[in-house]
Amino acid sequence: MSGSAALPQVLIAGNPNCGKSTLFNALSGGSAHVGNYPGVTVDRTTTRLQVGAQSIELVDVPGMYSLTASSPEEQLAVNALTEGNTRAVICVVDATTLQRGLYLALQLIESGVSVVVALNMMDSAEHLGLHIDTERLSQLFGAPVVPVVATKRRGLDALLAALDEELAPGSGAQRATVTYPPELEADVDKLVPVVAQWRPGTAQRQLRAFALWCLLSLGDDSLRGVPDDVRRAVHDIREAAKAQGRNIDLEIIASRYAWLDDALDQASAAQEPRLSWSERIDRVLTHPVMGLIVFAVVMFGIFEALFAGADPLISAIESLTGYMQAQAAAFLPPGVLQDLVVEGIIAGVGNVVVFAPQILMLFLFIGFLEDSGYLARVAFVIDRVMKGVGLHGKAFVPLLSGFACAVPAIMATRTIERRRDRLVTMLALPLMSCSARLPVYILVVGTVFAGQSLGWFSAGAVALFSMYTLSVLVTLGAAAAIRRIVLPGPAPTFVLEMPPYRWPSVQILWINAWRRLRVFLVDAGTIILAMTILLWALLSFPKSADVAHHYAAERERVEQMAMPDVEKAEALRSLDSQEAADQLGNSFGGRFGHAIEPALRPIGFDWQIGVGIIGAFAAREVFISTLGVVFGIGEADEENKPLRQALRDARHADGTPVMTPLSGISLMIFFLIACQCMSTLAVMRRESGSWKWPVFLFSYMTVLAYIASLAVYQGGQLLGFS
Amino acid sequence: MKASLADVPLGQDAEITSIDCERGLSRRLMEMGLLPGTRVRLVRVAPLGDPIELRVRNYSLSVRRAEAAKIAVSPEGMV
Repeated sequence: MSGSAALPQVLIAGNPNCGKSTLFNALSGGSAHVGNYPGVTVDRTTTRLQVGAQSIELVDVPGMYSLTASSPEEQLAVNALTEGNTRAVICVVDATTLQRGLYLALQLIESGVSVVVALNMMDSAEHLGLHIDTERLSQLFGAPVVPVVATKRRGLDALLAALDEELAPGSGAQRATVTYPPELEADVDKLVPVVAQWRPGTAQRQLRAFALWCLLSLGDDSLRGVPDDVRRAVHDIREAAKAQGRNIDLEIIASRYAWLDDALDQASAAQEPRLSWSERIDRVLTHPVMGLIVFAVVMFGIFEALFAGADPLISAIESLTGYMQAQAAAFLPPGVLQDLVVEGIIAGVGNVVVFAPQILMLFLFIGFLEDSGYLARVAFVIDRVMKGVGLHGKAFVPLLSGFACAVPAIMATRTIERRRDRLVTMLALPLMSCSARLPVYILVVGTVFAGQSLGWFSAGAVALFSMYTLSVLVTLGAAAAIRRIVLPGPAPTFVLEMPPYRWPSVQILWINAWRRLRVFLVDAGTIILAMTILLWALLSFPKSADVAHHYAAERERVEQMAMPDVEKAEALRSLDSQEAADQLGNSFGGRFGHAIEPALRPIGFDWQIGVGIIGAFAAREVFISTLGVVFGIGEADEENKPLRQALRDARHADGTPVMTPLSGISLMIFFLIACQCMSTLAVMRRESGSWKWPVFLFSYMTVLAYIASLAVYQGGQLLGFS
Repeated sequence: MKASLADVPLGQDAEITSIDCERGLSRRLMEMGLLPGTRVRLVRVAPLGDPIELRVRNYSLSVRRAEAAKIAVSPEGMV
C-alpha cells in the first residue's frame, strides 16, 4: 500500500492570483512533492493530506481561467479531472473577483466532478464592501461554498469538513444547470453519441459537459489524443452553426455568464466600491514618470543583487569546493581515482551548487514581485519595448537576469504563460552577456589592449562596453528571428490580469524558492555532474607514458643538480606545469583541439585556444584555467601576468602572433555568442522537457558565433587591421 | 465609424458590442468576462502609451491597443 498512486486524488484549482498556492501550502504545511506532468513541462506539486478518516493526495493544478484548452499544457487540467482516482476538486475563488472565479467553478460543477468552492480573501472582499451570501451561493451551485482566508489560515477546518462530506459516497445536491439556447442543446445532442465512444462508461450529464468542452476547445487547438471522428463531428457542427450566423463560442460562454450574473444578483450585494489600496498604489507605480523611475530602481536592485550580492556566497561555495578537493587529494593516493574524485566528482558537485545562491535570490525576488502583484505591472510598463521583437512583457525580468547568469534566467521564464512565448525567451536569453563571460573579456582585453587608448577612453573599456551593447542587440535580434523562423505562429497576445497589490508571505516565498532550487539540484544537477566527469575524462585521457617518463627523468636530473632549494622547487614546479601541458596536448581534448585547428585558423585562433574553448564548455571562466594548463603556467586567473605574456608570445606555425587586437576581438565575440556552458544546456533540457531544444540552442549559438568571428576576423584583415 | 475599445477616452465607460478577432483570443477574452453587453472602463494607459488597463467585472485587465481595437463598443456619454 505504499506509494501515492493508489491514494484518491483531490485537485486544487483556481484562477492565477487567487491564492491557490497559499491555500495549498496552508493545507500541506509546506511539505510537498514536485514532479512533472507526463509530456508537458509543467510542475506537478502534490502532498498527502488527512481528510476525516482517509488519506488523499492533494494535487496543485496550474492556475487557469477556464477548463477550455487549446494546448497540451492547458489540457492537463482536463486530463487530471478525468483520471480514474480523482474524487473531488477544491476550486479556489478570489472573493473580490467573484464572477470570473466562479466561471471556472461553474465549469467544474458542470463537468460532474464533486466540487468544494473555497471563497478566498473574504476579508478583502468585506473590506471592499462586498457582501456574499455563501449559503445562497451553495444552494444555487449545488456545491458547498466555504469562506476562507488562506493567508491567515482561517476557514481551513470548515473547508476540510466540507471536502470530507463531498468525498462520502452518495452525496451531491442538485447541481447547477446552465440553460443554453435550444440550437446549442441540439448540437450537444448530436455530439454526445460521438464523445460517448471516446469516453465509454461516462454518465450522461458528464458527456454533455464534455461535448460542450469539445465544441469550445477543438478546431484551432494543438491538443493530443483527440479521436478524428470527434474532431470531424465538432468541425461539422461548428461549420453548420457558422452558416446560420451563430457563434457557438459566444453562445456557450455568454450562457454561463448569464447564469452567473443571475446567481450573483441573488447571493451578493456590493456597496459603492471604495477606492482600494491597489488603486492608490497604482497611481504611483504606473504613473508615466514615477512608474518608470520605480521600474528602473526595482530592476536595478534585482540586477545588483544577482550580480554583486550573490558574489560572497558564490566565492564561499567555490572555496569550500577547493577545500574539499584539497582534502580528497590529501586522503586519496595520487592516480586516476584521485583525479576522478577531485577533478570530476567534487568539481562537478561544485559546478551544480555554485548556482544555488543566484537561483534562490532570483526566485525570492520573482516570488516577491509575483505575489505582491508588481510583476504584472513590470510587464505592463515594459511591454511596449518587448513587443517590438515579438516578446511578451513578462520576458523582461528573465532577460535582465541573463546578464548575471542564464541558468536562473531560463528557470525564471516560467512566469510566461504561453509555451511558444516562453521558448522564444529561453532560446534568446543565453546570448545576454552573463557574468562568466566577463573574466574572458578581461583576460583578452588585458592581453591585447594593455595601455592602449581610443581618444579619451581606454581601448579595453570601449571593447567591454561594445561587448555588452552587442549582446543586447544580438539577443533581441535572435528573439525576433526565432519568433519568425523557428516558432512561427500568431503574434503573442497580451491579455494580462493586473491583480490587486498584496503583501507576500515570507514563508511561502521561501518554500517556493527552495522548491525551485531543489528541482534544479536534482534534475539539472545530475546532468551537470555527468558532463563535468565526461569533460574531465576528455581532458585527462589517454595518459602518455612517454611524457610521464620524460618528465620523471627531467625531475631526477633537477634533483641531482646543485642549486638553492628555492630555485630547485621552482624548477620542479615548472616541470609539473609543463608535464600537465604536454599531457593535456596529448589527451582526447588536446587532439581534438589540434584536429579542429584548420577550422579555427580562419577566425584567428590556434589549437591551444581550441583546447581552452573545449574546457570552457564546463563554464566559460574555465577557459582561463584551461589556458593556464595549456601554456604550462599552472593555476591562473584573468589577471595572471605570465598567462597574458604567454598569450602574447604565442605564435602560429608561420611565426605570426596568435593574439592580436583583431583575433582578440574575434575571440571575445566568439565567447559572447557561443553556447559555452553545459549548465545552460542542462537547465534548458529540464525546462523545455526534451533534448531537442538544448541541441538546437547549442547548434544555432555555435554556428552564429563562428560566422560572427569569421566575419570580424576576415573582414578586419581585408580592411588592413591585424 | 464603429468605435473600438482603443478609442475610449481615459476614465470613460463603454459597453462592448462585439469582439472580432481570431478565435483563440476572442474565446479567451470572453471567458475572462468580456462579452457583448459587458461594461468596461479604461482606467490607465501604460507609461509608454501601450498597453492599456481596463476595469471589467470588478477586476483589472491589461490588453494591447492592437487587441483593444478589435473589441467594438458603444460609448456611453458620447454621441
